[in-house]
Amino acid sequence: MQGGGHLVSPSAAVTPSGASAPGAGAAPLLKLRGITKTFGAVRALDNVDLDIFPGEVVALVGDNGAGKSTLIKTVSGAGPATSGTITFDGKDVHVRSPSDSKALGIAAVYQDLALCDNLDVVENLYLGREERGQNQPFSRLDEVAMEQHAIELLGELQVKTLASVRTEVGMLSGGQRQSVAIARSLLGNPRIVILDEPTAALGVAQTAQVLALVARLKERGLGVILISHNLSDVFEVADRIVVLRLGRNGGEYPATSDQRQAVVAAITGVGVDSPQAVEAAKGAGTSSAAAAQGGLTKKDPS
Amino acid sequence: MSGLKKVPASAGSSPGAAPTTVAERDAVDETGNPIVRMLRKLAAGELGSVRVLIVLALIWIIFSVSNENFLTSGNLTNLTLQIAAVGTISVGVVLVLLLGEIDLSVGAVSGLAAAVVAVLSVKHGWNGYAAMGAGLLVGCAIGLFQGTVSTRLAIPTFVVTLAGLLSWQGAQLAVLGDTGTVNIEDEAILNLAGVFLAPWLGWVVAAVVVGALVFAELGHRRKRGAAGLVQAPVVSSVLRLAGAAAALFGGVLVVNSDRGVPLSFVILVAIVANFHILLTRTKFGRHVFAVGGNAEAARRAGIPVARVRTIVFMLASTLAAFGGILAASRLFAVNQSSGGSDLLLLAIAGPVIAGTSLFGGRGSVWGALLGALVIGSISNGMDLLAFTSSVKFMVTGAVLLGAVALDAATTKNRTTIRT
Repeated sequence: MQGGGHLVSPSAAVTPSGASAPGAGAAPLLKLRGITKTFGAVRALDNVDLDIFPGEVVALVGDNGAGKSTLIKTVSGAGPATSGTITFDGKDVHVRSPSDSKALGIAAVYQDLALCDNLDVVENLYLGREERGQNQPFSRLDEVAMEQHAIELLGELQVKTLASVRTEVGMLSGGQRQSVAIARSLLGNPRIVILDEPTAALGVAQTAQVLALVARLKERGLGVILISHNLSDVFEVADRIVVLRLGRNGGEYPATSDQRQAVVAAITGVGVDSPQAVEAAKGAGTSSAAAAQGGLTKKDPS
Repeated sequence: MSGLKKVPASAGSSPGAAPTTVAERDAVDETGNPIVRMLRKLAAGELGSVRVLIVLALIWIIFSVSNENFLTSGNLTNLTLQIAAVGTISVGVVLVLLLGEIDLSVGAVSGLAAAVVAVLSVKHGWNGYAAMGAGLLVGCAIGLFQGTVSTRLAIPTFVVTLAGLLSWQGAQLAVLGDTGTVNIEDEAILNLAGVFLAPWLGWVVAAVVVGALVFAELGHRRKRGAAGLVQAPVVSSVLRLAGAAAALFGGVLVVNSDRGVPLSFVILVAIVANFHILLTRTKFGRHVFAVGGNAEAARRAGIPVARVRTIVFMLASTLAAFGGILAASRLFAVNQSSGGSDLLLLAIAGPVIAGTSLFGGRGSVWGALLGALVIGSISNGMDLLAFTSSVKFMVTGAVLLGAVALDAATTKNRTTIRT
């Protein structure tokens, strides 16, 4: 089923280069072309293209091992691409390390959050970029400025459930922790934010909280790349859905609910009219992830 | 914490609309009865230093009831002299524990550094200050070595410093040579533990410190107020300052009726205060807590984790060396058992009794001072009651276990609060 995604392309309402994106017509902020990544003989990514426009949430979906994380790492600098071009803001760039990516204005929020439980919200937000009175080795931290900015930032993002910005992060709920992690990524004034499974392991209310936060990132004009296994989250918040399958582009879909069947088909590699995809789309209203899993168990008849 | 604090916030002072912004919530959070809130924090295991003060008070009450000499100015002065060396070493141990690491070599390093100082001063006729500088440099170099080896080769610090414990003990014997014991005669070295502040100077020092604390607190409150941030209740500021002032002036009053404030104790308190500032007010200190809390998160935030670890080991070994010098100054001599015996274990037990976590990220250098006071008081009191070492060790062990058990119980309590 190598060409599974491409098989469905003609029948589904595929929108090349993001016709549904708000920035349609404008140049993409981030443009990946022909990204290939090999680990020895293994081709983890094969000629993948991706466009991200400002003020747009692009969901990157695919089965485990489809290459989502590998693709993200080529952008975040954690694992540079073997070949292919990255164009940022119209200029060809090379992303070889996380600091390259940070300098461009690309921030990544990883699944395991990378917060220090023993530090409070302000301390975590400013970890590694502490504000100080003077820039000398032993000068005091400017706690007042950091706390003020933290309150401002969380206020802008309407993160309302924190009792205090001086609460230890270890005491926070999963949704609050995710909010803090996302807020932290914004302190470097990025233009693109990559969210890796931000709603994994969150409850219903907390998921809603994080998705609302994603919507506000979009309102701020940021390009958001959202990796998720949960299709109902994806359809709720994304503008465009990019499917990866076996390391290749598996199709691109507008995030309208009538595309659910096509997306599931593209992810699992079954035909768009196959019983699995139809069933998955039916059940998708509540728990599409479980439905997609159901489709997966019967995949690859070829 | 958040779960606990929300209760008085909604039930108590603000029955009106629910707070909507972080700032409003902060404001609500800080209202309510400060004493009730403090008791709740205490039960939740957040005020480790207050709890160790209670333990200390209990120990003092027990010993003062059993022996009328315990709470005399002469004996309390002795107590401060006894804890200066181990307290100084403990400060370094706290730094290492905050990283979630361990340094088993601090006792041996203190012995080696003291031996180096004594031999340079006595056998080679070095100036006292130069000899002490050399001793501190030895400590610093050992820390650099141990820190570099453990970070570069990714060897657990337990192993590296265990090897250090054996090696530096051997080095100490080699430095001391055939004579075994070296008696120190240099004034500069002996003055560290032998000098007492004149009564008036003791008062001046205490007054200056209290003034500085009040000034800092006022500045802090003014700055937060100007920025429109939430203030801690005035009561808690006043209580804290009054407590510090009472401890300082009371302490000076007591020891002044004997020999005065020992210089070595002033040095210990100054070291603790400075390291407290380093840990809580500077970027480096923040990074120490971050590495101890979650090294991977720290690395991703761009913190040079290996460098932070290495610097902490250098500081710990240097402080151990200085502790060794203080001990040598008090004993007028360095011998083959200097820095050996139970010194290492007591230096680690002190901070742990005072609530420093062995898993990193939680603790305060004040724990070094308070823990040393607890252990020193037990040892001192049992000596007065003429107990043998066997009983002393067992009681100290029991207090250590009791304190840690209390910690474990309250920490469990605290983690279940998380929603």
